[in-house]
Amino acid sequence: MSINLDAKVPAGPLRDKWTKTKASMKLVNPANKRKYSVIVVGSGLAGASAAATLAELGYQVMCFCYQDSPRRAHSIAAQGGINAAKNYQNDGDSVWRLFYDTIKGGDFRARESNVYRLAECSQAIIDQCVAQGVPFAREYGGQLANRSFGGAQVSRTFYCRGMTGQQLLLGAYQALSRQIHSGAVKMFPQTEMLDLVVVDGRAAGIVTRNLVTGYVESFSADAVLLCTGGYSNAFFLSTNAAGCNVTATYRAFKRGALFANPCYTQIHPTCIPVAGDHQFKLTLMSESLRNDGRVWVPKKPNDTREPASIPDSERDYYLERKYPSFGNLAPRDVSSRAAKEVCDEGRGVGPGGRGVFLDFADAIKRLGADKVREKYGNLFDIYFQITGEDAYTRPMRIYPAPHYTMGGLWVDYNLMSTVPGLFVLGEANFSDHGANRLGASALMQGLADGYFVIPYTLGAYFADAGGRKVPTDHAEFKKCMAEVTEGTNRLLGIKGKKTPIEFHREVGKLLWENCGMARDKKGLEETIQKFPAIREEFWKNVSVPGSGADFNKALEQAGRVADFIEFGELMCRDALARDESCGGHFRTEHQYPDGEAKRNDEQFMYAAAWEYGGPGKTPTMHKEPLVYEEVKPAVRSYK
Amino acid sequence: MANKTLNLVLHIWRQKNRGAAGELVEYRLDVSPDCSFLEMLDLLNEDLIRKGQEPVAFDYDCREGICGTCGVVVNGVPHGPVKGATTCQVHMRNFRDGEHIYIEPFRAKGFPVIKDLVVDRSAFDRIIQSGGYVSCNTGGAPDGNAVPISHVTAEAAMDAAACIGCGACVAACKNASAMLFVSAKVTQLAMLPQGQPERAARAKDMVEQHDRELFGGCTNQYECEAVCPKEISVKHIAALNREYVKSTLAGTK
Repeated sequence: MSINLDAKVPAGPLRDKWTKTKASMKLVNPANKRKYSVIVVGSGLAGASAAATLAELGYQVMCFCYQDSPRRAHSIAAQGGINAAKNYQNDGDSVWRLFYDTIKGGDFRARESNVYRLAECSQAIIDQCVAQGVPFAREYGGQLANRSFGGAQVSRTFYCRGMTGQQLLLGAYQALSRQIHSGAVKMFPQTEMLDLVVVDGRAAGIVTRNLVTGYVESFSADAVLLCTGGYSNAFFLSTNAAGCNVTATYRAFKRGALFANPCYTQIHPTCIPVAGDHQFKLTLMSESLRNDGRVWVPKKPNDTREPASIPDSERDYYLERKYPSFGNLAPRDVSSRAAKEVCDEGRGVGPGGRGVFLDFADAIKRLGADKVREKYGNLFDIYFQITGEDAYTRPMRIYPAPHYTMGGLWVDYNLMSTVPGLFVLGEANFSDHGANRLGASALMQGLADGYFVIPYTLGAYFADAGGRKVPTDHAEFKKCMAEVTEGTNRLLGIKGKKTPIEFHREVGKLLWENCGMARDKKGLEETIQKFPAIREEFWKNVSVPGSGADFNKALEQAGRVADFIEFGELMCRDALARDESCGGHFRTEHQYPDGEAKRNDEQFMYAAAWEYGGPGKTPTMHKEPLVYEEVKPAVRSYK
Repeated sequence: MANKTLNLVLHIWRQKNRGAAGELVEYRLDVSPDCSFLEMLDLLNEDLIRKGQEPVAFDYDCREGICGTCGVVVNGVPHGPVKGATTCQVHMRNFRDGEHIYIEPFRAKGFPVIKDLVVDRSAFDRIIQSGGYVSCNTGGAPDGNAVPISHVTAEAAMDAAACIGCGACVAACKNASAMLFVSAKVTQLAMLPQGQPERAARAKDMVEQHDRELFGGCTNQYECEAVCPKEISVKHIAALNREYVKSTLAGTK
């Protein structure tokens, strides 16, 4: 296959690119829009906002989600907030500054033009959400309130207590519900996409399985949008919802879409530490807590005294010490690595020594317990439920955990993948966060893509390519359906001894240890060698009881785990090939004497886009050079 | 941290599908008190799968109390013994060694059982579709600060907006009423300036859809508030009643 990695970045100065694109792109006239149909897979912030907006414009939309309601997509769990360059605080913010912070936060591994557009769209997102009735926090005078987040020196984060993702998603869900009511969107909950159908090199539709009836069906449309989130669950233990998976994007990869930077994963610094083998997931404590919480460990290794009895002089507030200008609000990758470092030195706290304190004693002294409760009450409650500990009187224990994935399907400036007609939005694509995402920027990207980018670029695609709808009785649809059915039957027929979760746990542990917060050549090479045996064992020894014509969680899990096993290998290959450190990708061979990540711009200033090679074959890497026209990549310092 | 294992006797509702008859089946299980309630069911299922038996169907997703997917009735109480928490947030340290635990689905005419502990809550989506939104297309919204909203109003709207749509309110109510769910959305939007143009029609349409979905009327038992994982107050139901009366008296469409 010849690969054309043309990012289609418009010419001209950065600040004019998107304005000019919108002004010059081809349009579909209102009466013709209803002739075009769109499949949207996923109903999180990107999917719900795209489905609602495209339906408002007049396109025929079909929206699919695996949850029992589109309102339950995992965007709902985002706690802290959403960034926007409103400069309501008069503290020096601007589109340029949000753009620059995001590019720098991503360690200069994102595409300049996409990030600038994201910053430009950020302002309209807040306005749109307010108009929908999203109850953002307000000051007493009635103005929108802001808080600070990691990696920025301005306050530009809008929030709804610790439930910002929930409120933004419900806003998008309600907009979507209105379109379902009017008949403009046909909604398919509890329906999982299991294959992408490509006809004559274009995305023609999808094959799905109804998770209640087991019914396998196919749908065709003029374009397919994947808004299916990230793959943090490759690590098994992550902050993602149990159902989050790589299946939709991985199967699109197998059908020809290139997967970019799969090794870029974000390990979030503030999660509740692992407590034991019974755990099936980890829980995030919002980064917003670092506005008021101070991170520390004892100066002495193996200090098991109660935190309150350790005097200030024997505590190491290591983020404040190492990064005086950003302090506790250092970006996520930097904070996570610092936590790992102090725990590796034996100074970690709590069971197993894998934890650091996040202490609110000073904040409570300064603001009073009531004010702290108003700001973070629900997070303290969650912490109490899980650990049985009261964070008002004893510091929280936190430790990094997999949270977000910057890698994803490769897309051009118009959010189209290498398969024409297949668009990828939100966390599922790779485009905006480089090698590390700043806090409160995931919600921003999901909504920017869905509300304000795809409505333009999809129209231009239709105006250019015309209707391409292929009926579902086409031979390729039949072939894909047969393959999906066969895959399901195969899983049910193995009748082995190990549960899908046991395989998932095993692969997750392997990735966490070798492709997690620190990676090196030897570990990655050894890990890659282990995957074929795991894959083989899975297809011989997995146990999936029950039937395929029924609600069957073990069957759902087995299909997703099979993809994670293959995908984990791809992550490791990418991590091995990227022989530098950048953002969340830390190769221990490449660091400065003080332990900071050492980039190699001369050799690795590119996005790595992987092409599927066939079953059991090595994938091929293609490169999209990252050209910085206006920003000068520098050593990323938060000191 | 307690390390002692709990020996439990579980009585779990098993029902093959919507039409089949169901029954309580007994299982014995040892778990750590640090386990969450759903992790306990995971462990049980891991055992069943290894033996090639069908696991207990139960639904979940985020496991941090916000997506609203999980929810079972534990010893007669939707979401179990911890106040202001979803089932996934309940930890086993809230149970005693040797305890018998009865685990059943959320039961209501409007929530038919799909399998075992999983019920069909699509009625909630249809209620929102009938009017639980502000009709504004994307684009052209005025600046977010153009219309001031007082801190107090924003906080009160947020109290209502916190609903996660889990359906515990219905499961707890002897009338299987979903009025707490409906009132949370109606009052959130009625409080905010953006919700005013459709205020009357919204209340009327959502209540009518509620009734069509076979949920019962509210008779002020307050069971809903007692089990709501987000502790949404029944005062919203009182507000809904006012909104509904006003809208019918005004003769809205």
